[in-house]
Amino acid sequence: MSFKKFGRKSFASQTKVDAFVDYLEKGEVRGTQCKSCGAKFFPPRADCDQCLSNDMDWFPIDGVGTLVTFTRQGFAPTGFEKDVPYTTGMAAFDGVQVFGRLDGSIPEEEVEIGMKVAVRTIQYDDGQLSYEFIKA
Amino acid sequence: MSKDVAIIGVGQSTFVREYPGSIRELAFDAWKEAAQDAGITAKDISASVICSAPEYDLQRSPAGVIAEYLGFVPAPTFAIESVCSSSTSGLRVAYSMVKSGLHDIVAVVGFQKMSEITSADSQERMGRGSDIQWESPFGTMMPAYYAMHAAAHFKQYGSTEKDLAMIRAKSTTYGAINDRAVYRKVLSVDECLNAPVVTSPLKKFDCCANADGSSCVIVASADRAKELCKKPVWFMGLGSGSASVTLTGRGNCYGLTAAMKAAQDAYAMAGIKPQDVKVAEVHDCFTIAELLAYEALGFAEPGKGVEIVREGQNLIDGKIPVNVDGGLLSKGHPIGATGGSQVRTIVLQLRDEAGPMQVPGQPEIGLIHNVGGVGLYANVTILGR
Ligand SMILES: [Zn+2]
Repeated sequence: MSFKKFGRKSFASQTKVDAFVDYLEKGEVRGTQCKSCGAKFFPPRADCDQCLSNDMDWFPIDGVGTLVTFTRQGFAPTGFEKDVPYTTGMAAFDGVQVFGRLDGSIPEEEVEIGMKVAVRTIQYDDGQLSYEFIKA
Repeated sequence: MSKDVAIIGVGQSTFVREYPGSIRELAFDAWKEAAQDAGITAKDISASVICSAPEYDLQRSPAGVIAEYLGFVPAPTFAIESVCSSSTSGLRVAYSMVKSGLHDIVAVVGFQKMSEITSADSQERMGRGSDIQWESPFGTMMPAYYAMHAAAHFKQYGSTEKDLAMIRAKSTTYGAINDRAVYRKVLSVDECLNAPVVTSPLKKFDCCANADGSSCVIVASADRAKELCKKPVWFMGLGSGSASVTLTGRGNCYGLTAAMKAAQDAYAMAGIKPQDVKVAEVHDCFTIAELLAYEALGFAEPGKGVEIVREGQNLIDGKIPVNVDGGLLSKGHPIGATGGSQVRTIVLQLRDEAGPMQVPGQPEIGLIHNVGGVGLYANVTILGR
C-alpha cells in the first residue's frame, strides 16, 4: 500500500518499507530488525547501517513503554490546524524509541514524563492511518 | 596559538522584520561594512562562500547572484547550507580553503530574507522542518522539539520555567543596547513568565525573533592579515558535529550531542579549557537552547547550567558573558546570517570595539556556538587575538 496513507498528513509517498502501512491497517505498529546482525530499527529501515544488509524482519512494538518527553502544541503547521491543541512526544520501548502523538482523551494533568504508555493504531476520518500513545 | 588563518573584517546589516530591498542588496549591506572594516575591495576576494537556508529563498542558487552583485566575479563562489548554522559551516569551509593555501582571502556571506515568502508558505515549510517520512506526519515543528528538550531537562535536572524567563530577560537588556537588533524592548522576568504558551513549556518570549538580515566575515592567510590588518583575530579551534534528525535516534532529550562533540573538538584543537573563554555567543533560538549550550560547552557541568543563570555568571560583567548583543532571542535570527553575526560580535569583543556591549577586561579568547536544526548540526568556533 502507498506510504502516502501514513500520518495525519503525508509528505512522502515512496519507501521500501511501505509494508509499515499494511501493518497499520491490520492494527499493528512494527519496526524492522536486521536478519544478518540483529539490529532493531524504529522507525523501520530497509537497509542496515551497521552491516549493510538489506534483509529485514518486521517486529511488533507491543508491551508497555515509558514516556521520555512531550509537549502540548498550541500551534500547528499547515494541514494540522484543526487538531490543535495536541500533544506530541517520544516513548521508549524494548530496545527502540517511538515518536508520536498522545491519545487526546488523556487529561492534560495526567500526562507526565515517566508515565507508562502503549501504542495503538488509529484511522482518521479521511482514511489516513497512524498510531498514538495510550495510557498503559 | 598558531597564527595561520585570521579574520580581518566583519560586517552585518541591521536585523529587521522586513528588509525593504532584495537579497542581493541585503547581502551588500554586510559586505560593505566588512570590506571597509578590512580595508579591501571586491578585487581582493579570491573566493566567496554564500550561506542561506534555501527554503526561504525565491532565487534558485543565490550564490551566483550575490557574488555578481558584490563584484566578486570571476572568483569562484558556491553555497554552503546547514540551516541555522549555515554561515559558521561556511566559515569552516573558508578556513580550510585558506589554510590549504588554495585561496588567500575568502568572503563568507550569510543572508536570509525570511519575509521573502508569505506567512502561509512559512507555516507550510515549518511542517517539513523535521524528518518528513517519520515525524512531520504527526504535525510537529521546531519549537515543539525544543519544548520537548525543555520538558526533559526540567525533569532530569530540576531546571524551571523561571530559569528560561531569566535567560530571555537577560537577552532583552542587551538587545536594547544593540542598534542592530530587531527586538529592542526590555522585558521583565514576570513578563516572560506570564506570556502565552506556544508549545508547553515554551512561551512566546522563549522563542527568538524572526528577522531579515545579512552578515559577512573576511577570512585571510597570515601574510595577507599582517599586511592589511592592525587587529587580526585568529582562529584557534574549530569543532563541528551532527546528530540524528529523528528524535528517536538520540540517546536523550536533555542535551545536544552534536554541540558536545563540536565543543570537545574545538577545545582540543585550540588547546584550551572552557574556563579560558572570556566571552561567548551561543545559539539561543529558544531560551532552553542557551541553557543546553552552557552544559554542552562545559561552562557548567551537565545539569548545573541553571547556576550560571541564577548567579548571573552570564551577564556582561559575569564569569562568562553570554550573548551580550541580545542573541538570537533579541538581536534576531535571520537563519543564514546568524552565525556570521555571532562571529562579528566576538571579533568586535576581542578587538575591544563592541561599544556599549563591550565586555570589560579586554577578553583574549571568545567562542561561537551555532546550531542548525534541533541540534542536527553544530559548529563551535574559538577565536583569539
Ligand atoms: Zn545488520
